[in-house]
Amino acid sequence: MVKSTHSKDEVLEILSVIPDPEIPVVSIREMGMLRDVLITDEGYEVILTPTYTGCPAMGIIEQDIKMTLDSKHVFPVKVKLVFDPAWTTDWMSSVAKRKLREYGIAPPVHSSCNLGVFEYNIIQCPQCNSSDTVLLSRFGSTACKSLYKCNSCKEPFEYFKCH
Amino acid sequence: MTEQQSLFNYCLRLGDDALVQSYRLSEWCSSAPILEEDLALTNFALDMIGRAQALLSYAGTIEGKGRTDDDLAYKRGERQFYNHLITELPNGDFAFTIARILFISAFEYSYYNALQHSSDATLAAIAAKTIKEIKYHLSHASEWAIRLGNGTDESHGRLQRAINSLWMYTGELFEADEVEASLAKVNICPDAPQLRTNWKHQVESVLNEATVTIPKDEYMQTGSRLGIHTEYLGHILSEMQYLQRAYPEATW
Ligand SMILES: [Zn+2]
Repeated sequence: MVKSTHSKDEVLEILSVIPDPEIPVVSIREMGMLRDVLITDEGYEVILTPTYTGCPAMGIIEQDIKMTLDSKHVFPVKVKLVFDPAWTTDWMSSVAKRKLREYGIAPPVHSSCNLGVFEYNIIQCPQCNSSDTVLLSRFGSTACKSLYKCNSCKEPFEYFKCH
Repeated sequence: MTEQQSLFNYCLRLGDDALVQSYRLSEWCSSAPILEEDLALTNFALDMIGRAQALLSYAGTIEGKGRTDDDLAYKRGERQFYNHLITELPNGDFAFTIARILFISAFEYSYYNALQHSSDATLAAIAAKTIKEIKYHLSHASEWAIRLGNGTDESHGRLQRAINSLWMYTGELFEADEVEASLAKVNICPDAPQLRTNWKHQVESVLNEATVTIPKDEYMQTGSRLGIHTEYLGHILSEMQYLQRAYPEATW
């Protein structure tokens, strides 16, 4: 089988530019969705994990990976979806969280997924940092976000739910 | 049945539960009482279509005949579907839908928690992912049940009627036939009958707070794990499978 001669780090570096289709300010690598690149006799295998089981962006990400690598002459490429270990918002890099906040989305509170069924976190407003915020709707424009309102600056904002 | 056949059948059961729930929840799209609820119910539907994809793909892998998740969703007849009866009942009013999500998510919360420790690595991984989503379904349905029960006479009455008519479909969730018993023996699947006590506590605490009466355990409906369904599943499939039946092998 003919294949190109890129190292794992080179491939990961190339893939670092691919944005999350739903939140384009962060990359799939910063989100922690890009898990690994394996180099075998068969070629390159990109290991990807979905944020949510029903995440509709996965198909687009898979295509983006194939197109991006193709344009850099990395071949042949296979994309493999894995569920284990399950993606968690705790894998988001601190850079990704800062970018989310700057974009106007409150980043997930670390390790908050271990809360019980009826426990809630206090979410800080990404605009004015006030803690005086109120949940408007647990579900928002995408599966991974909730809707909040800030009582201090009166701005509505999205919160990236812990997962 | 060999262990491979049992596991295939078991994955279809879990996959079909998710697929049919997803179908019913999707029917709320643009019809929910408020915009936020439209978002919530369709988000749940999305979680479940994702879960169905994972489980039906895995079922296809176990079977080893090259069938994909789509093949299994679109090309099986009613008698080859194994979803619980409670999942296929029509949506009814909002209270009915909430009561159904409450009953199922409280069950799934215990069930998938246990399934995370399955000796089957794929099922354990799918469960670990799914349990986080189920937690949101459970808290959302619980909060709504409490709100409806303590709302007006109208909302209270609707919730009570929903609880009463759904109750006889909850027994089936805790059945385990020889397929599941054989898989439970090798720690592939949880022992469902054992989970009922916990489920009842969870549901009772919500319904007590909602000030509705919990029905007595009388006659319970059954049959779905053998492929015997209510009249409603056939109607769901005739719509869901229409395209593949009319234009076999059609792709986008
Ligand atoms: Zn603010």
